[in-house]
Amino acid sequence: MLSLLVFLPLAAAAVLLLPSIGERLARGAFVAVTGIEVVLASLAWGRYDAPASGELALEQRVRWIPGVGSSYHVGVDGLSLPLVVLTTVVFLACAVFAVRESHRPRLQAALFLFLECVCLGLFVSADLILFFVFFDLSIVAMYFSIVGWGHGDAARSALKFFLYTFLGSLALLLGFVGLYVASDPHTFDMVELAAHPPLQGQGLAGGLVLSALLLGLAVKTPTFPFHTWLPPAHSDAPAIGSAVLAGVMLKMGTYGFVRIAMPMLPDAWRAWAPVVIVIGIVSVLWGALVAFAQTDLKRMIAYTSVNHMGYVVLAVGAAGVLADGADEARRVAVTGAVTQMVSHGLLTAALFLLAGSMFERTGDYALDAYGGLASSAPRYATLFTVAAFGSLGLPALSGFIAEFQIFAGSIATVPLTAVAVLGILITAALFLRTLQRVFTGPTTGLSEGFADVAPREWASVGLLLALSVFIGVLPRPLLDLIEPAAAAVAHLVGR
Amino acid sequence: MLDLVLVSLVVLPAVVGSVLALAGPAADRTAGPAGVATTALVALAAVLVAFPARGARPAVGTPFMAGSDLALAVDGLAAPVLPTVAVVALLVLLAATGSPDLRTARFHGLMLLFVAAALMTVLAATIPTLLVSWEVMGATSFALIGYHWRDPVAMASGTTAFLTTRTADVGLYVAAGAALAGGAGLGLSSLPDATGGWRDVLAAGLLVAGLGKAAQLPFSFWLSRAMHGPSPVSALLHSAAMVAMGGYLLLRVSPTLAATGWADDAAAWTGAVTTVVLGLVALAQGDLKQLLAASTAAQLGYVVLAAGVGATAAGTTHLVAHAAVKAGLFLAAGLWLEALGTKRLSGLRGAARIWPVVGACATAGLVSLAGIPPFALWATKDAVLAGAWEHSPALYVTALAGAGLAAGYAGKALFVLTRRAPDGVESGWDEERPGSRRVPGWSQGALVPLAAGAVGLGVLALPPLAGRVRHLVGGAAPEPGAVELLVSALVAGTAIVATLAVSRRAEGARGVWPTALTDWLFLERLAHRLVVSPVCRLADLVARADDAVLDRAVGTCAHLTVRLARASARADDTVVDAGVRAVGSGARRLGRLAQRSQTGQLHQYYLQSLIVLGAAVVVLVLVR
Repeated sequence: MLSLLVFLPLAAAAVLLLPSIGERLARGAFVAVTGIEVVLASLAWGRYDAPASGELALEQRVRWIPGVGSSYHVGVDGLSLPLVVLTTVVFLACAVFAVRESHRPRLQAALFLFLECVCLGLFVSADLILFFVFFDLSIVAMYFSIVGWGHGDAARSALKFFLYTFLGSLALLLGFVGLYVASDPHTFDMVELAAHPPLQGQGLAGGLVLSALLLGLAVKTPTFPFHTWLPPAHSDAPAIGSAVLAGVMLKMGTYGFVRIAMPMLPDAWRAWAPVVIVIGIVSVLWGALVAFAQTDLKRMIAYTSVNHMGYVVLAVGAAGVLADGADEARRVAVTGAVTQMVSHGLLTAALFLLAGSMFERTGDYALDAYGGLASSAPRYATLFTVAAFGSLGLPALSGFIAEFQIFAGSIATVPLTAVAVLGILITAALFLRTLQRVFTGPTTGLSEGFADVAPREWASVGLLLALSVFIGVLPRPLLDLIEPAAAAVAHLVGR
Repeated sequence: MLDLVLVSLVVLPAVVGSVLALAGPAADRTAGPAGVATTALVALAAVLVAFPARGARPAVGTPFMAGSDLALAVDGLAAPVLPTVAVVALLVLLAATGSPDLRTARFHGLMLLFVAAALMTVLAATIPTLLVSWEVMGATSFALIGYHWRDPVAMASGTTAFLTTRTADVGLYVAAGAALAGGAGLGLSSLPDATGGWRDVLAAGLLVAGLGKAAQLPFSFWLSRAMHGPSPVSALLHSAAMVAMGGYLLLRVSPTLAATGWADDAAAWTGAVTTVVLGLVALAQGDLKQLLAASTAAQLGYVVLAAGVGATAAGTTHLVAHAAVKAGLFLAAGLWLEALGTKRLSGLRGAARIWPVVGACATAGLVSLAGIPPFALWATKDAVLAGAWEHSPALYVTALAGAGLAAGYAGKALFVLTRRAPDGVESGWDEERPGSRRVPGWSQGALVPLAAGAVGLGVLALPPLAGRVRHLVGGAAPEPGAVELLVSALVAGTAIVATLAVSRRAEGARGVWPTALTDWLFLERLAHRLVVSPVCRLADLVARADDAVLDRAVGTCAHLTVRLARASARADDTVVDAGVRAVGSGARRLGRLAQRSQTGQLHQYYLQSLIVLGAAVVVLVLVR
């Protein structure tokens, strides 16, 4: 089931490489395959039964490299299934958004289907080598997406993105090797490593391995101070590239925290929790403040990603602080962190697609080049407003569900984390100011003659926002999925 | 069945409101009737659940998050407030049908969304539920204040209002964390059970959130900015909902405040001081809506004071009566603005005489606001004052001074509006917008019930009904004695007479009020100077550091790598490859050296083999 989900886009990508396939067919196939993927992911959710703590559902294991204790092992639980579904949804939205793409659409479809395979593969991986292969391939695919379909200084931004995140992945590999060497018997299997965490009680070695993992994941997430590859990559990437990068690929970093670092190195995680919390708080405030100072829409959204991912880091850090009677709070914090991954995926992908729509029309992201846009493009204004309010954490959208749990859980475990709440104030200020400057007042500058959203944009962004509203109003289906897994992580890290 | 009605109270306006807000201009024609019909149903449902014919008041809940429910419940406190909010919403939407520029789906959609959020705030039984409605209320108020979005000032005012109230809302997020840690759970009624220091954090968070929404000091300035919104928006948001909800929250959590031993005093004193300070601000205003706004903050001060001293029932009746008074007054101000094109008092001289119904209703509202017996606010305010007296005489005196000021500012407006218009008053008309010179019948009709409330709702605070209200709402405040009622009536009467006398003499005199009062104590400027500008500067600084330090560091690393690579390449040429070349040329030289031995002369070959043999023997000997 999961293998079909992962490799169907790869097969489709391989077929699309045939030069004889026409552009129309390629674009249609892109939408069709990503649509089928959404259906398959929903079916997987339907067949999913919450596994016991530390185990996976819909598991499959095939011999692969037995010499080093690595196998093709896939499976899902409440941490990964939401991200799998999110991935398929974001890719569908991107395919619909790109349905009028005229620049090498066949190759673009093939590249993004390959990227979908890689992203899904990463989230279902239950083996560190497999995880690492997908992790690195995602960087390669995104590099080509920026170089091939980007704008501005795309080659330079892409290179920066590639080298920076690739360096991060090397640190990650170092950590994986450390886990392998320390495990007995030697294995790369994630389920076994989580069940019998190596390096327990070995402060120095555990700390070293964890710091390698943290470095790799922090670059990918990205957290302060490793985030500077993100803004140029986003501002020069194509719209759907940005949507996938922010919506799906940033989650690989935070997913690594809850899937690998916390359950496999609980001792070291608890020891390092204060550092993680501080990095989280700094990311929250730094990201929000720098975003506030931006004059370029895409860079601004990119920095809000640093802010939003900071909440996740903060929450997983707080979950590593054991205190009397704080067990429930730690569970709430981890649940909030995973919810935030999903929520941020939906909302930021929507915001980046909308930024792409803007660039398609005017070729300019400069905020002060616009004014009174709601007059010429009312539906665009509506979509942007909903996405912005979601991003600033307004209730009835998914961001609130995530951030409320993160704050409540974190503050209850580590009261000092209350400073991070200021982040929602700064993001509120920056989004309201953007709405005010770009959309209201007299219609001026590039706003004149700005065409309102086309059906493909309406459909793709609407899909993402509708899901965000659904989670915001009826969070139980998602939380029922996440909560047992989050409780398991909170328990594992408390060992 | 009643549970279903309770749920529909929130869901119905939320759904209709969302549909209207998203439908856009296509739904403009149906929006007005849909809005009025929905609020009418909601008002009916509110009465049904607040005072059920038989059985207990309903409560519903469904699992939400962080182990707590999304829970709505009608308790004794919610029972009188719920119909108040719903009925005022209905009357306001009815009155708004007369305004041509408000006949849009967007206006009605946002108003209905706001109503849903306000009702949910009244009904919320857990912190997550409260926070949902609380923040949606803030966001819809932002959109409603900035309703005329082509006007940059209106939009900026909406932003100011939202950001200021959200700053206070941070308190609720912190309170949620404290409730979770304090072991009391997230239910609003169980909060006083929180343990240790967490209870203090909890109370502080709730207090800040409540004071912010209720526009108490030091947050009051957002209410002044909110006056840039359409008048019907003020009539709902700044009478029965939004601002009132700030006071309502503090009434609801009054036991938690009391449990800390300091938060109740803080609330009481903030409320009392606000009645005085904002009373002075109101007195200084030359703009009717600004006067009413300052008066709203001052009047909410009594509700906050009531929450502080535990006089919950008194606070609730004051909240309800004030809602009727202020909704009517804001609507009247809006009608004059539309008809005469001004809301400045100088242009509104004699306005109450032009349309008798509007004039009579506004007069009733202002007399009630002044605290003249037997009008509503006289009795409800005295109930609060009685609670303050029990608590501390100083508190009582402060709040009584606020009552005197209320009579002053209400009297000032009353004098200007009702006196015979001087010649040439028309020159002050149309200074803000071209007036229509007519007041629609519907809008006048909506004023009448509100005026009736402004006159008669005082019965809730007087025997025999007062006892039943106290039984319903709870709390333990004494009834006001005859002496207290007399004292406050005397204070109000004296103040109003004094104001009338002063107004008559000071008429036309400009600049009699210090700028600090006309400008709302410079609170907004202070907020800008102390908070907004530093944050902006910090943001710029941080952004520069991000580019100049962090990104530059990464770039430097990359450059160093390139330099290292170049150096390696050079070393590769100059050291490694040179070494290889040296080995090669050395071998060549050795070869040439070896060639020189091939001389072709036999005796030299014999000599060479002899040397080699000798060397071999030496090596053999040495090695062994």
